[in-house]
Amino acid sequence: MSELTDLYQEVILDHNRRPHNFRAIDAASAKQEGYNPLCGDRLTLYLTLDGEVIKDAAFQGSGCAISKASASLMTDAVKGKTVAEARALFDAFHAMITSDPTTPLPDLSAEAQSAKVDLGKLSVFAGVREYPTRIKCASLAWHTMKAAVARETDAPVSTE
Amino acid sequence: MTPSALGDRRSALGFDVATIRADFPILSELIHGKPLVYLDSANTSQKPLSVIKATDNYYRHANANIHRATHLLSERATALYEGSRKKAATFLNAGDPHTIVLTKGTTDGINLVAQSYGRPLLKPGDEIVLSWLEHHSNIVPWQLVAGQTGATIKVVSINDAGELDLEEYARLLSSRTKIVAVGHVSNALGTINPIKSMIAQAHAVGAVVLVDGAQAAPHLVIDVQDLDCDFYVLSSHKMFGPTGTGVLYGRRTLLEAMPPYQGGGDMISSVTFEKTLYNQVPYKFEAGTPNIAGVAGFGAAIDYLMSIDREAALAHEDAVLDYATARVREIPGARIIGEARHKTGVLSFLIEGAHPHDAGTILDQQGIAVRTGQHCAQPVMDKFCIPATIRASLAIYNTREDIDALVKGLHKVREVFS
Repeated sequence: MSELTDLYQEVILDHNRRPHNFRAIDAASAKQEGYNPLCGDRLTLYLTLDGEVIKDAAFQGSGCAISKASASLMTDAVKGKTVAEARALFDAFHAMITSDPTTPLPDLSAEAQSAKVDLGKLSVFAGVREYPTRIKCASLAWHTMKAAVARETDAPVSTE
Repeated sequence: MTPSALGDRRSALGFDVATIRADFPILSELIHGKPLVYLDSANTSQKPLSVIKATDNYYRHANANIHRATHLLSERATALYEGSRKKAATFLNAGDPHTIVLTKGTTDGINLVAQSYGRPLLKPGDEIVLSWLEHHSNIVPWQLVAGQTGATIKVVSINDAGELDLEEYARLLSSRTKIVAVGHVSNALGTINPIKSMIAQAHAVGAVVLVDGAQAAPHLVIDVQDLDCDFYVLSSHKMFGPTGTGVLYGRRTLLEAMPPYQGGGDMISSVTFEKTLYNQVPYKFEAGTPNIAGVAGFGAAIDYLMSIDREAALAHEDAVLDYATARVREIPGARIIGEARHKTGVLSFLIEGAHPHDAGTILDQQGIAVRTGQHCAQPVMDKFCIPATIRASLAIYNTREDIDALVKGLHKVREVFS
C-alpha cells in the first residue's frame, strides 16, 4: 500500500492551505457549479473566454484538500490554454488518476509528445489512483471545467 | 461515580467485551497491515459467527423456496423464515407475529408505509410531520407521497445540541396532521428522541406514527406495545444481521386495511384475470421470493442480541461513548456536533483545518474505519452550516482501546494538516 505522503504531497497541502485563483470573476463568460454529494464538496468555477482561449479561471467553494488543491492547480493550468487544449488536459489527467495502480503510470512524456499535453505540476495527483474513494475529489473541478466549456447545461455537475 | 466507572462495574458484572469481540471474526482482520478499529457500525454493523453460520447453513441444508413446495427442504426454509418473523416479534415485543412484515430493510419499510398507508389516505391540506434529524430515507418517501397526494410536509427543527424542539412539535400537530414519521435515534448525531411522549401527542390529534428504528435497534430495548407506535421499521444489517432484510411492525388493524405494496407471487391467495384475492397480513406485503438466507441470518442476529445482557451492553457502550466524547474534546481544534442529553452510539465531530474526507483517508491508512460526509442527513449538516462531519459510531464490540487508536489517528490527521 502506498504511503500517505504519495497522496498528500506538499504541493497539494500548500494549494489546500493557500489555493490559487480562489475568487469569483464577476464578468465570467462561463460559470459552472460542481457538486460531490458523497462528501459534500461544492465548487463554483468561473472562466473568462476570449474566443477559444481561456484568459482567466477561478473558483470558490468548500471541499476536501484533494478537491481544493485540484481546483487550484487546474485553474492555474488551464489559463492561457485553448478550450481544445484544456479538454486534452482533462483527458490526460483523468487517464492518470483512473489508471490501474498495479501498472506503471501512463507514459506522460510520450503522451505529451503526441498530444502536446504536459501535465506538469498536475502529476502530483498521480497518487490519487491508489485511493479509489478519492478519485472523485480530484476530478470534481475537471468535470466542472469540462461542463463549463461545453456550455451544454446550467444544471450543477454532480460526480454521482 | 463517573459514567465510565459505572460502565466498568457493570461490564464486570454482566458484559464481557472480550468475549463479545471473539464472536466477530472480522475484528481480527488487518487493514493496511494494522488491526481493524471498526467505528462505523451506524453505517453497517459487523456480523457474529453465528449469523454467518446461519446464512451458510441455509444454503447448505435448507435451500428451497418458502411457502410453496411440499418437500422437506422447503419446510426447513419456511421454518427458518417464519422462525425469524417470530423472533422479530419477540424482539420488538409485538406479541402477534402477523404484525411483522419482512422487508428489504428500513428504507423499504418506510416506502411501503408511505405508499400503502399514506397514498390512499392523504389529501390536499393534510400534513406529514417529520424532523430535521431524519435520514434521507425518512424524508424522500414522504416527499414522493406528498407530491402524489397534495399533502404538505412540516418539519420539527432542532436546537444547537441536536435535540428536537418539542414545543415546536406540539405547535405543528393539529387535526391536519395525518402522519408523524420520526427517528428513534438520529444516525448523524446519536440523539435519542422522546418518541413515547411524541407518539401520545400525535395520537391525541388523530395522527398515526411511524418510528424509524434503524439506529435504535442495535442499542436500545424496544417495546412497540409500550411505545404504542403504529409502525416501527428497522434494518437487519445495523443490528448484526445480513444486509437486504429488515422489519416493518404495523398495528394489525392498519396493516389489514392497507392495500398491497407490490404485486406478485406469495402475496395472493387466488389469481384469476377477473379478480385476485390477496393473502392475509403480513404475506400480502411480501411479494416475490424474499432474501431467505438473509432472513435466516437475521433470526440468528436477534438470537445473538437477546442472548446478551442488553442493559449491561448499553452501559458498556455509553461508557465508551462518554470516554470518546471526552478524549476527542481534548484534541485542539475539535468541535463536537450533537451534544444531546440523551444520545447513543454516535460521536460526530470536526477537526479544524482538516476536511472530514481527508481525515477519513488518513484514519483508514491506520486501520481505523469511520464514516465521513453527510451521513444521508443533509438537513442536519445544513442546520449546523457544515459540509460534513467525521462520525465515529459504536457497537457492543467497541472498547476504550478503539477510542485511543482513533485519538492517535486524529493527531496524525492534525500533523498532516498542521
